[in-house]
Amino acid sequence: MSHLLEVRGLTTTFKGDYGKNISVDHIDFSIDKGEIVCVVGESGCGKSVTFLSVMGLLGRGGRVTEGEVLFEGKNLLAMTEKEMDAVRGDHMTMIFQDPLTSLNPVFTVGNQITESIRTHMHLSKEEAKKRAITLLEKVGMTDPENVMKKYPHTLSGGMRQRVMIAMALSCDPKLLIADEPTTALDVTIQAQIMKLLKELQKENGMSMVLITHDMGVVANMADRVLVMYAGQIIEEGPVKEIFKNPRHPYTRALLDTIPTIRDDENRRLVSIPGMVPENYDDMKGCRFAPRCAYRRKECDNPQADYEFSEDHTAKCIVMKEGGIPS
Amino acid sequence: MKKRNKADITSESYLQTVFRRFKRHKLAMGSLIVVILLGGAALFAPVIAPYHPDEIVGTFSGAPSMEHLLGTDQIGRDVLSRLLYATRISLLVGIMATLISTVVGVILGLIAGYFGGVADMIIMRFTDMVMSFPYILLVLVAAAIFKPGLWSIILILGFVDWPGIARLVRGNVLNLRETNFIKGNIVAGMPLRHILFSEILPNTVAPILVYATSVLALSMLDEAALSFLGMGVQPPTASLGNMLNGAESLTVLTKQPWLWIPAGVVIVVLVMAINFIGDALRDALDPNSKS
Repeated sequence: MSHLLEVRGLTTTFKGDYGKNISVDHIDFSIDKGEIVCVVGESGCGKSVTFLSVMGLLGRGGRVTEGEVLFEGKNLLAMTEKEMDAVRGDHMTMIFQDPLTSLNPVFTVGNQITESIRTHMHLSKEEAKKRAITLLEKVGMTDPENVMKKYPHTLSGGMRQRVMIAMALSCDPKLLIADEPTTALDVTIQAQIMKLLKELQKENGMSMVLITHDMGVVANMADRVLVMYAGQIIEEGPVKEIFKNPRHPYTRALLDTIPTIRDDENRRLVSIPGMVPENYDDMKGCRFAPRCAYRRKECDNPQADYEFSEDHTAKCIVMKEGGIPS
Repeated sequence: MKKRNKADITSESYLQTVFRRFKRHKLAMGSLIVVILLGGAALFAPVIAPYHPDEIVGTFSGAPSMEHLLGTDQIGRDVLSRLLYATRISLLVGIMATLISTVVGVILGLIAGYFGGVADMIIMRFTDMVMSFPYILLVLVAAAIFKPGLWSIILILGFVDWPGIARLVRGNVLNLRETNFIKGNIVAGMPLRHILFSEILPNTVAPILVYATSVLALSMLDEAALSFLGMGVQPPTASLGNMLNGAESLTVLTKQPWLWIPAGVVIVVLVMAINFIGDALRDALDPNSKS
């Protein structure tokens, strides 16, 4: 079976003051047509960097040193900037964390949407304008023609994120990468935006990658989940499996941190002790081991992806050997 | 001030907003009027000027009178006519030099800021080099090598004034290229040309404009200084600088003030007005200001 996006052995390093830091370490995953994959993990574990590498958007100092990114079978990393421009926007696109800075402040919303439509679809000004209005309607704007004439600073955060989504969808991409699209928005708007994204995903039949650290969002949206920790994918599986039978102690710990409405009123909110280690590229064994309650000797050896059930793997030897009560 | 309702403000275009904010600065509005009047007078000099600027039409060094409102110079030319033509030349020098330095500075700044790396290194070291040259000396040497004249002074001033703009643009581009909307454009597969000139440049227009006003003022002063030293605009063509040239002699300085005061006043007023306008523009153009 061929995947829409297939990433093999992707390694991204950043040049720091004291040598290189590997922030994404030989990761493999794939995204299929029409599915929503959520990528979860704490801050600083390489979620965003992974997908910035996929899009070819690493800033200064960052470089993909190994691996390949196959989009519909073609290696994106071997492409020139020009070839990349034809893929980005047309076939895959990305929405960023902060909608407040995602629009150019000196142009109207309409101007910006039509510009990106015209670049890729070669429509006339009138047709592009019509399409822009339809798109704005699609993302739930009540008065799209008026919104077209507005400058970004006159719109609220939620409206701006809707505009961003409209822009991202302007060319019917096959893959949409949403990097924490709702972190800058308040909770009610978050729910609206998520609902909107899911609807649009269904309607267009596109694939979506949702980077988040909100397990509630994951439960609602995902088909499949990738759990990242310290530059590696430590657990991967269908969403039901992950929530019902989390196999990696880190995933368990993440799930334990969510408060639910059925909690006992005396329940204390737990957190995972410690932080994501810095310079995790020097670690040989399990990277979560220093923070793990089930740590054993075997954890200091390199961990493989152990299969627990179909499509469900986790990097934990202790779990595989039945060392942790499930 | 009349109270506006909110719909008015949100629906107005960027230019309208800028003009509304600009109007709040009384001094700048006054300056704008002064510049328009002087500029208009300069532009229409051939129509307004009572005499031909280079013709001998009166007595030598005649004091102001009804026939010659600002008197005549040492060889009997009408000072008012010369002043009008001089303003024209000085403004032309200032504007052209500013244009050249802005274009050069913007292009170099954009390239240095956006591409970084080796391009940035080479361009910025070159910029430092031009900046660290003793300015007036460079201009004097250049004026000595090339034939002094109107266009050589424009080119010389254009060449020495760009480093400031290049630095300014580079700094802005460095900030802008990390913003989400530029990344968003890359993600949307926009071509480089579009990103550089249609996304980044419009966001730096405000500081460029503000800086350009001060370059305009400065290059007019430099023209005056060079012409005063005899290396600038060559007589008989009148410029504000070479009109001041007459003030080199003590008799003129003390006994015939009409020969140098008008030209001096025009320079001071123009330069000051342009600077005031620049200050107000700085406030009015800020795209992030909500008022």
